Amino acid sequence: PDRPPGKTKMSLTSSRLVWRCLRSFSTGVKGWDSPNLPKGYVAEPSPVKGETKKMNLVEAIRSGLDIALQTDPTAVVFGEDVAFGGVFRCSVGLQAKYGKSRVFNTPLCEQGILGFGIGLAVHGNTAVAEIQFADYIHPAFDQVVNEAAKYRYRSASLYHCGRLTVRAPYGAVGHGGLYHSQSVESFYAHIPGITVVIPRGPSQAKGLLLSAIRDDNPTFFFEPKALYRAAIEDVPVGDYTLPLSQAEILHEGSNVTVIGYGAQIQPLRQACIVAKEQLGVSCELIDLRTIVPWDEDTIIKSVCKTGRVVIAHEDTFTGGFAGELIATIQAECFLNLEAPIQRVCSWDTPFPLVYEPFCVPSKYRCFEAIKKVVSF
Amino acid sequence: MASVLVRAVRSCTRLCAAKNWTAHGRSLSSNPGGHSWSGIQYTTDMLAGSSPHKQQVFRPMYQVLDHTGKVLDAAQVPDLSNTQLVKMLELMITVGVMDQQLYKAQRMGLISFYMMSSGEEAVVASAAALAHDDMVFAQYREPIVLYWRGYTIDQVLDQSFGNWLDLAKGRQMPVHFGSKDLHFQFISSPLSTQMPQAPGYAYGIKLSGKKNCVICYFGDGAAQEGDAHAAMNFASTRGCPVIFFCRNNGYAISTPTHDQYAGDGIVSRGPGYGMESIRVDGNDVFAIYNATKHAREVAVNEHRPVLIESMSYRLGSHSTSDDQTGYQDMNIVEQWKREYHPVIRLRNYLVEKGLWDAEREKGLLAAVSDKLKKGLNRARDEPKPHLDYLFEDVHSKLTPRLERQKREMMEHIKEYKDYYPLNQHES
Repeated sequence: PDRPPGKTKMSLTSSRLVWRCLRSFSTGVKGWDSPNLPKGYVAEPSPVKGETKKMNLVEAIRSGLDIALQTDPTAVVFGEDVAFGGVFRCSVGLQAKYGKSRVFNTPLCEQGILGFGIGLAVHGNTAVAEIQFADYIHPAFDQVVNEAAKYRYRSASLYHCGRLTVRAPYGAVGHGGLYHSQSVESFYAHIPGITVVIPRGPSQAKGLLLSAIRDDNPTFFFEPKALYRAAIEDVPVGDYTLPLSQAEILHEGSNVTVIGYGAQIQPLRQACIVAKEQLGVSCELIDLRTIVPWDEDTIIKSVCKTGRVVIAHEDTFTGGFAGELIATIQAECFLNLEAPIQRVCSWDTPFPLVYEPFCVPSKYRCFEAIKKVVSF
Repeated sequence: MASVLVRAVRSCTRLCAAKNWTAHGRSLSSNPGGHSWSGIQYTTDMLAGSSPHKQQVFRPMYQVLDHTGKVLDAAQVPDLSNTQLVKMLELMITVGVMDQQLYKAQRMGLISFYMMSSGEEAVVASAAALAHDDMVFAQYREPIVLYWRGYTIDQVLDQSFGNWLDLAKGRQMPVHFGSKDLHFQFISSPLSTQMPQAPGYAYGIKLSGKKNCVICYFGDGAAQEGDAHAAMNFASTRGCPVIFFCRNNGYAISTPTHDQYAGDGIVSRGPGYGMESIRVDGNDVFAIYNATKHAREVAVNEHRPVLIESMSYRLGSHSTSDDQTGYQDMNIVEQWKREYHPVIRLRNYLVEKGLWDAEREKGLLAAVSDKLKKGLNRARDEPKPHLDYLFEDVHSKLTPRLERQKREMMEHIKEYKDYYPLNQHES
């Protein structure tokens, strides 16, 4: 693909930056109290035409599951507590509507859920499995890495489990601690043969989920649980899909490429707004959406334009997916880079309960990373 | 006065005991309800129904043909045609020849790996009891099931060499066979991972309304994995038409069964899942056939899983990477070969019926040997699959990243073509 030649000249010199910082400091750090800063989740306009309804993330996902069951007679939804509606209410009403043979509880056994789901998918059914928390998906790892991911390759496509989709809530929620807050995408990104998708909000989630369910590759769909009820926006009521393996530029910019996904998009939005107000920095915010296989072209094109990169994710630093992004970016855009790439992640500890605000890549830390990258 | 009181207390106690009343005066035969309690009675006998290990009762093995080939109950001889019976014996003998020759081929460096089925050939009878399109999820020591359905010696050799004719394009080690046409899932090395997949597939069959079942083979070692428990529990709770067929051959590589479990094998676990379970003599084709046929009927007509534990003895090493003489008593191995080998009793039975003789056996041995020799040379000389296939089938479509990696590899190989085994592959 064509890369823009050279780089865009940085519009801010270091001295101007220092002046702006001093000015905002002397008048109090008003940036974070600015009326321009959104209070919570930033609702987006519907991504496709058609009738919409205000839905939160749970309702959007439920709508996606409903449509999958409605349009595909082979579709089956299962997992722990799915029958009564699910611990997060994502499957409320589905068993009553589609019957006990298509929406049902499984025993409490993640390796069984994955194995059973693989078998169903190999038979040709659309198998949509729910894992109650991403923190509990680990017993199923063998079924994912040794079976689901290799099913097609080891049989030269004579068999495959492409119709398998596994959904799980992931990420910090304020009170989750070690075992209700994990980000697990980096473990799965490392496995050739599967797709990993993380939506940033309700209308994205429904479209991406329907794509994942209909895609011919086993797909892992990690839902930011912090946004389950907090994110509300106009979501199309009908059937629509959004493309996999395509990143999305949320707002264009010329100074810094800011990359994130899932719940992290919200603090990044805020950091970008403050960076614009306080530092005059124009950020290009990109939602990766599909973790693997990821959209290299969009990222590389952006970095070649801006020359500066900040990546943020809730997962920890070491081994987190930012490493993969950075390795690729520095290989493809080395001469375009104006500064070392910054990543903002959770500290390398198990996810703590009372220290959560200090541990996560907050909007303040994201802002500081942007500041660092423009003042190199 | 005191004696009246004592008598009153005594009769009251007896009354309480007689009517099973608790100290609170509530009947012991009732319970507060709640579904995990339903049907369960109270008792004052703490150990009632418990089975401490010293009093372990072993489920007996179902047998129809004894080790000499004598029929123990004529009414239970299966309704197999003469053609099918002869086919069974021929395959069992063929597998024996293949095992010997391919083992040697591995030692000579022709193929990289091999696993024998020696001693467990009778499992072919389970294949005979199934429909051709009943899906098979196997472990690795059941190739005879695939041969029963029509997999050829040439296909075995192509798979072993991983040449361009291999159905899976050379991606896996020998013994990791499979076939779409013959309804047999591709083998994967990790043990028991196929087990929870089998009820999932079977559930799909149930939803479709088809009158098929799934059979899932696994060994005594694999039965200890968490996946085995998951499989049986899911199959039972969701009502899946699947037969769980455990080949208990006494060993998992070097580990004997007494290090593998402390209870009565695998059959004893059936009741724990609410699942029907049968133990058979794994050297008796008739017992295996009858049990599998019955299990199939239950699975297909009642949508219930059935567990079959087939007791046999592994006569060879675990694989070409193992040496059984390090841990197995070779006297016992020799005795089994002489007296209990599954071929002996079926051969005796068929000879008795006039359906087999020494001439036919000699002819078969020669024909198989010849086929193998010719086949080995042919399969070895066939090229390996094209390099493009390294990158295919990872996903449903080649991704941009894999396209780039392929290009990078091809460019590298062009420059270093003298140092890579390019001439072994299709160009």
